[in-house]
Amino acid sequence: MRHNSSRDLVIPGPAGCALMALALLAWCILFLKAEEQIPILVYMISGCLLVLVAALSDLHKSISATIASNEAAWDGCMIGVMLLLMITFRDDHYTLLLLGTIMAYATAVLGLNVQLGFTGVINFSAASFFGIGCYTAAILGTAGWPSLLCLVMGGVMAALVGCLLLAPVLRTSGHYAALVTMAFALLFRVFLEVSDLLGGPQGVAVPPMQMFGVDFSQAMQLWGSECSFYLRYDIALLILLSLSFAFVRRLERSWIGLSMDAVRSDETASACFGINIAKWKIVAFTLGNLLSGLSGALYGMMLAYISPANYAFADSLIFLSILLLGGIGNSWGVILATVFVVVVPEKFQVIQEYRYLLYAALVLFMIIYRPMGLLPRKVRNYGRLA
Amino acid sequence: MDVILQFCINGLMLGMMYALVAVGFTLFFGVLDVIVFSHGDTVMIGAFAGLSMHWWLELFHPGLAMGWRLLWVLVAAIVAVVVVGVIVARFMIMPLRKAPALNTLLATMMLGTVLRESVRLFFPDGSNPKPFPHLLPDWAWQHGNLTLRFDNVILFLSGALVIVLVYLLINKTRLGMAIRAVAQDEEAAQLMGVNFTMIVLATFALGSAVAAVAGVMNGIYYNEINFGVGLLLGAIGFSASVIGGLGNVYGAIAGGFIFAFLQTLGAVALPFSSAFKDVFAFGVVIIIMALRPTGLIAEPSSQRV
Repeated sequence: MRHNSSRDLVIPGPAGCALMALALLAWCILFLKAEEQIPILVYMISGCLLVLVAALSDLHKSISATIASNEAAWDGCMIGVMLLLMITFRDDHYTLLLLGTIMAYATAVLGLNVQLGFTGVINFSAASFFGIGCYTAAILGTAGWPSLLCLVMGGVMAALVGCLLLAPVLRTSGHYAALVTMAFALLFRVFLEVSDLLGGPQGVAVPPMQMFGVDFSQAMQLWGSECSFYLRYDIALLILLSLSFAFVRRLERSWIGLSMDAVRSDETASACFGINIAKWKIVAFTLGNLLSGLSGALYGMMLAYISPANYAFADSLIFLSILLLGGIGNSWGVILATVFVVVVPEKFQVIQEYRYLLYAALVLFMIIYRPMGLLPRKVRNYGRLA
Repeated sequence: MDVILQFCINGLMLGMMYALVAVGFTLFFGVLDVIVFSHGDTVMIGAFAGLSMHWWLELFHPGLAMGWRLLWVLVAAIVAVVVVGVIVARFMIMPLRKAPALNTLLATMMLGTVLRESVRLFFPDGSNPKPFPHLLPDWAWQHGNLTLRFDNVILFLSGALVIVLVYLLINKTRLGMAIRAVAQDEEAAQLMGVNFTMIVLATFALGSAVAAVAGVMNGIYYNEINFGVGLLLGAIGFSASVIGGLGNVYGAIAGGFIFAFLQTLGAVALPFSSAFKDVFAFGVVIIIMALRPTGLIAEPSSQRV
């Protein structure tokens, strides 16, 4: 079902995607290169204005039509944009760390999206599961386990700890379910702070990633020039994000995603149609925690040092805010909102201090006036199959 | 023996504070079916308003007697919190009434963050803990290792008095009858001529006033207030009201004391360090939720299809 009316400007196929990706890349490079507050503000406002113009005119329809009909090309272009950004900033620790943070958070929020966006399982402790990944990587890595195994175990541990919460999460609903995960988030932070085994309030060091005989904490050479050691982590995080993204998108389109949607929208009706509600809730909760834990483990290795302050209830709220800002259930929305939430306070040092206040006010505003988020999730389109 | 008694006394004090906070949660849930998570932060606002009043009195009326001072601090806290509570109810909670429960919960959490961060950023030196004035005589009764502080007794009794007043207001007055009517069936209450908006606002004013008392109590008990205290108090109040069954005022009071009992138990009676007391208490809350999904005293009208 293609509904491109004749007056829509349709840039043909993959070339259109590449063109848009190039424009995006150029804007990103300019924005990230800018260091003075005034140019940053100018780029920021110009970007917002462009988006606004596109949203108000019919341009956004042709853009989304181009993307929707060339999804593989668009996904490829986005990975290309990310790679080119990394290469452009290959010797800039700060920007590479920023890109890595975006990718790690986006992976974790994709996990939250499977839980809350698809299946409707409330989780107020996403940051705790992210933290379980970090701490697992720290402890197993210190014990001398191979890095790849640490990474996988980070995800597995998060999923296993999540299983402890399964009974109360499955049995309760609504406000009661919210309380369970919230209590867990508060409990987890206190637990990290008071247990000496995990380093207490000071935190612990995470051993660097070592794979294929390469130590990720060493600077790397690329075309004869020295690059930041963050570059390797960024590539690893990009691989993780791309795989998770592809996985989540396929999950969404499959019959599993359909069952999950059914569970979210009406439990009683879907139970009448023979959908096993408990099963899909368990699958969604575990998968989501697995993704959070995996990205947490890799991010912990990248940071090299972690402390309990980063896994508080407020951070879980930030993960939730990202999901809500982006448009609950929409994976591209997650990416967009993560970029926004991570980059803006980092680039505007002025608002760094006020960031929690601003996030909270922004999300409050969104919930009241645009509860579907920046990019509302679209109804499934099976048109291409027909 | 003395040590155990001492812990019981401290536990009772904490329980009274938690109960006062939980009463607010359960009242709001009763009339509007929403969880107002920012309620914990309103408690904190109450303490800060009281502190500001104390500073103002010190500047302009340095010779004022202690009792009057306490009264003024209480009045300032109650007025500030009631104003905040009513504004929040009118302009945020009521418009969001038709939104999904999760959205309302998230919105009130975000509002809590806004309140907390505003105090941290805009109150003079708000990011550091502030000493709270001693507004009660500091006599104490000593017996061996047991210390019974006179101000704690007063705090406990005034908390109990507040609870009795809330009970009388809800059960013996026309306003209370209207609140109960709205909680039971909003539409039928409106058909009987109850002004829904006014009753909701009155309920928020009542819950907030109770919270203000809890805030001042909290400040006097710990001799210190901190912008972050609302998050934990909110979570504890929410837990307490859920344990007691949402919408049930007596359940919320019981829940407050149960939570304080769990914390005290975690601090003294169990074989690990007392720093784990919150881990233990919240862990037990999670287990309770697994066993009794709508609280120890179950919600009266649990929906079954």
